[in-house]
Amino acid sequence: MPELTYREAVRDTLATAMRQDSDVFIMGEDIAEMGGSMGVTHGLVDEFGPERVRNTPISEMAIVGAGIGAAMQGMRPVVEIMYEDFLTLSTEQIVNQAAKHRYMSGGQLKVPLTIRTQGGAGWSPGAQHAQQLEAWFVHIPGLKVVFPSTPTDVRGMLWSAIYDDNPVIVFEHRLLYPVKEDVPEKLEPIPFGEARVVREGEDVTVIATGPMVHRSLEAAEEAEKNGVSVEVIDPRSLQPLDENTIVESLKKTNRAVVTHEAVTRMGFGAEVASVIQYQAFDWLDAPIERVGAKFAPLAFAPVMEQFLIPGPEDVLEGIYRTVGRNGD
Amino acid sequence: MARLEEREQVQGSERLKDFLREMLLIRRFEEKVEERFRAGELPGFLHVAIGQEGVAVGVCRALEDGDVIASTHRAHGHTIAKGTPPNEVMAELYGKVEGCSHGYGGSMHLYDLERGNLGANAVVGGGLPAIVGAALAFKMRGEPRVAVAFFGDGATNIGTFHESLNLAQLWNVPAVFVLENNWWAESTPNSQHSPITDFTQRAVAYGMHSIKVGGQEIEPVYDAAAEAIDHARRGDGPVLLVVDTYRLVGHYVGDPQVYRPKGELQELRETQDPITKLRERLGVTDEEFEQLDADVTREVDESVEFAKNGTDPKPEDALKNVYA
Repeated sequence: MPELTYREAVRDTLATAMRQDSDVFIMGEDIAEMGGSMGVTHGLVDEFGPERVRNTPISEMAIVGAGIGAAMQGMRPVVEIMYEDFLTLSTEQIVNQAAKHRYMSGGQLKVPLTIRTQGGAGWSPGAQHAQQLEAWFVHIPGLKVVFPSTPTDVRGMLWSAIYDDNPVIVFEHRLLYPVKEDVPEKLEPIPFGEARVVREGEDVTVIATGPMVHRSLEAAEEAEKNGVSVEVIDPRSLQPLDENTIVESLKKTNRAVVTHEAVTRMGFGAEVASVIQYQAFDWLDAPIERVGAKFAPLAFAPVMEQFLIPGPEDVLEGIYRTVGRNGD
Repeated sequence: MARLEEREQVQGSERLKDFLREMLLIRRFEEKVEERFRAGELPGFLHVAIGQEGVAVGVCRALEDGDVIASTHRAHGHTIAKGTPPNEVMAELYGKVEGCSHGYGGSMHLYDLERGNLGANAVVGGGLPAIVGAALAFKMRGEPRVAVAFFGDGATNIGTFHESLNLAQLWNVPAVFVLENNWWAESTPNSQHSPITDFTQRAVAYGMHSIKVGGQEIEPVYDAAAEAIDHARRGDGPVLLVVDTYRLVGHYVGDPQVYRPKGELQELRETQDPITKLRERLGVTDEEFEQLDADVTREVDESVEFAKNGTDPKPEDALKNVYA
């Protein structure tokens, strides 16, 4: 079992795919010699050359759009959008083009494009370098959206993204890149639409994405000390969503906390809460708690930033509210 | 490299008559589409390219099998010229399963993958980046194919145009950008949307080769397209092909064109009709022309019958093809 960081896991998948498949190539800003702004693609240009590890201009519409065109010709490009905030620049191409070519053509075309991007607060980047925008894209039919939280998951899910015949956005999180884990010797694809039960528990289910998975585990340990048993579920793939695993867990615990680092309002968690209340209304013993960022752009000053984004203590409070309200 | 040799044979040949037939077919097709739209038979809304037939035919006839195009919201002509039978285009406009996008696309989203049409695009400039990507794929795979984007002068002000030309030139991909300059961005004249009138200047900024040609005479269009396509195919880089043309109709079917100077349209129709020009150039007699007209009109009428007799999609089919 090799130990890989999240960063190395992404790199390993890209390298493995490019080694065995000439249709796979990567492009993005500063991804060649510099290895990308997060160092994820470091060294790949040495092995695969500048034709397949393509540095691009700062040109997000063209990066995604060129990926779409190459994908329509049967290649499997992986494009990197340096910060997910910059997805805003390429949103037209993602939403109107990549997501809809198959549909508008009546099923003639496929767009096997992977868009890797990253974001996340916790290092004072300010309001334009750390937003969490996954909820925008899960709203678009035709896109698949994944948000792996561990090295094993990102390794297997990025692989599945590359070999999916649809456009897939892979959200990575800046603070997860150094996270280490023993990963399977051989890269194992992880199919989309299968949530992972990260921690089993009896009293409350926490459905968490990205960094909140780790923060929820901390909260769960703390809750355990106070006699509250917490189950943590990571959907991993947001679209498609494994509703069944979430609902079944809720039916066991009767209480749920939904948490993500994106702002709570209109966030992905709202959809999860809706799924739960609709499919398991009679099992609910407490209102579903939602834990996310407060409704403001991300502030620069660390104390303000930390005030806005959810930490383990916020998840813990959410957990306690669900049991407290039940009169425990 | 068939193009250049064929070019020599074009002048005065049967091939030009063939071009005339194709242009007339597109003209009659679009007139019929206007008529059926006004009769309330066609859902959605429509943009026709009457007056621009020489661009569609001139460029598409200079392409080879395996070359691909991306079109615009004004796509009927490009689609027919790229080889999609009128039956399939008309059926699409009627929202039928037999349509070239099987009823999922409509007038602004005509696709025909088999014939190299990667899709008409309802977002101005939306199709350009993918043409760079298709051309990149051809280059990376060492395939001698060319990718062509059609777009109008209105698209030269949007970011995708600039990002696409920049990237295409930077990476030297076999793409041809066909700018159909009809002098109008919807209702906004060139003078109000562009600081320049010679659009080849746009190419200068990217170090891209450009060619400019008048679009109402098809021979020069064909020659210029062949030159541009050959240039791209032999690896000399992308080309911006500026074709000055005229939209002899409104922006959409039913457009009252209050923005047009009085009398302009009438004058242009009398002096700038590419079909009239080619007919005169070839010295086609009235009798010959009437015969040709009857042929293509019959083909168009048949396409309407084909479309009307087509299969309506099942409502629930709307949930198919969301994902591959």
